[in-house]
Amino acid sequence: MKLDSMYQEVILDHYKHPHGRGLRDGDAEVHHTNPTCGDEITLRVKLNGSTITDVSYEGQGCSISQASASVLNDLLVGKELAEAQKVQELFLELMQSKGKIEPDDAMEEVLEDAVAFAGVSKYPARVKCALLSWMAWKDATAQALADRETETA
Amino acid sequence: MNMPGLLDTEAIRKDFPILDRLVHDGKKVVYLDNAATSQKPRQVLDALSDYYERYNSNVHRGVHVLAEEATAAYESARDKIAEFINAPSRDEVIFTKNASESLNLVANMLGFADEPYRVERGTEIVITEMEHHSNIVPWQLLSQRTGAKLKWFGLTDEGRLDLSTIDEVITEKTKVVSFVLVSNILGTVNPVEAIVRRAQEVGALVVVDASQAAPHMPLDVQALQADFVAFTGHKMCGPTGIGVLWGRQELLEDLPPFLGGGEMIETVSMHSSTYAPAPHKFEAGTPPIAQAIGLGAAVDYLASIGMENIAAHEHVITGYALERLASVPDLRIVGPVTAEDRGAAISFTLGDIHPHDVGQVLDEQGIAVRVGHHCARPVCLRYGIPATTRASFYLYSTPSEVDALVEGLEHVQNFFG
Ligand SMILES: Cc1ncc(COP(=O)(O)O)c(C=O)c1O
Repeated sequence: MKLDSMYQEVILDHYKHPHGRGLRDGDAEVHHTNPTCGDEITLRVKLNGSTITDVSYEGQGCSISQASASVLNDLLVGKELAEAQKVQELFLELMQSKGKIEPDDAMEEVLEDAVAFAGVSKYPARVKCALLSWMAWKDATAQALADRETETA
Repeated sequence: MNMPGLLDTEAIRKDFPILDRLVHDGKKVVYLDNAATSQKPRQVLDALSDYYERYNSNVHRGVHVLAEEATAAYESARDKIAEFINAPSRDEVIFTKNASESLNLVANMLGFADEPYRVERGTEIVITEMEHHSNIVPWQLLSQRTGAKLKWFGLTDEGRLDLSTIDEVITEKTKVVSFVLVSNILGTVNPVEAIVRRAQEVGALVVVDASQAAPHMPLDVQALQADFVAFTGHKMCGPTGIGVLWGRQELLEDLPPFLGGGEMIETVSMHSSTYAPAPHKFEAGTPPIAQAIGLGAAVDYLASIGMENIAAHEHVITGYALERLASVPDLRIVGPVTAEDRGAAISFTLGDIHPHDVGQVLDEQGIAVRVGHHCARPVCLRYGIPATTRASFYLYSTPSEVDALVEGLEHVQNFFG
């Protein structure tokens, strides 16, 4: 059934048992919404130099948006910013592929559980859900870096 | 199933080709998203293609036969709509592109009006917490631009307007009260009379958003005693791109135009212009001609079935749906739980399962519902929910489609259980 391609077991697992959920200390906080459907996320990033020490979040939304935030936490915490940015870009590419990218081993190496979202990319209405936390992370990171700049300036 | 009051849906459904559409590997579509837009009967589709194939032309401009036919058909659509809503005069029917434009038009008329209508600093605008964004944002804009204060009626836990403080909400300072006749998210039918009475006491104008009423029940603008009534064609079997603003004639004469352009003028010089009488004063530029003609065909179609009969049918279907949905575990109706003073849009939550996920799994079974905040986000905030799933019915909806929905929801619960 087609539904199973969207609701992979991995996604449902992350949805039911989210990783790293809850708001903790951070250098910047953003609030993003998906105005067409009401999904919301508040997300904080904590950096130590160029290392991401935490991404914490709280939100309400569908299984796809919630699972995606959980996967993001798994993938990005502990990474160097440059590396995290590559992960983010690859995930974005996968989500914008309209189902045309079949993740290979190299991709799975980078995206790990996030390759399970490949099926979601076939559903335009849901792509935004999957990207919500990733866009929030990008925004929060930019903000944290900008704040740091103004402090040292 | 024997339910007195139902229409002969077998016959009606033959008029709607799309209802035979198969989706997702051969499943018959169960279309329960009528509050978003209705399907269109063959009669409307034919009127559209007939116009384009036989007499497409601009209106009010040519002397040739095509232009005359197009003008006659466009103006005859106005006659049909005037009759459909029992307007005292056809000249009170303004064509717009949708209900949103109709409501924006009123807000702008009042913002640029002279006394006594002018909305300005020191005056007040009243709306309600259950409005569609189309009846919130135009008033917020007007309030921000003029300095007038925006006030609103809150909601009761049962999904109805809280009118207990009506005398404090609508006051001598109120210039305009704008509210929805039937809520697109809660399904509530609002008590027009009580609001109109208070508005008239203080001399405020009354605007009614009838977008979810015009398609589903007899609409009589004289009985409503409102000053303006807005609705949208695509929810009432008509095409997209056509809406209506009805306004009382003397107001339309007094109030200034909003959009300027061709068609709405009498004479133009480089220094100033004079305007055509209403409704043309408010219809700048080439109007949506085919769409108006299509809406004319739609109201003919609805009238041939009878709005009383459509309302009765939907009342039965809504009652049945509420009863069946009540038996679904963890399902909570957001809005009135009985069919009294209630339209055919039913919003609900299903345990912790997000409406997006509910809608997706229903879609896989061919069942089309709407999920989200339904352009009425303040309602979701009021009830502390991020979104709802909404099933909404129309004249072609059947009890077996309600059954399909209920079975579909069981499937959703199993899937996420
Ligand atoms: C109550 C209500 N008002 C206004 C509108 C706006 O209609 P439209 O989008 O056609 O302008 C809608 C439709 O969604 C509605 O349900």
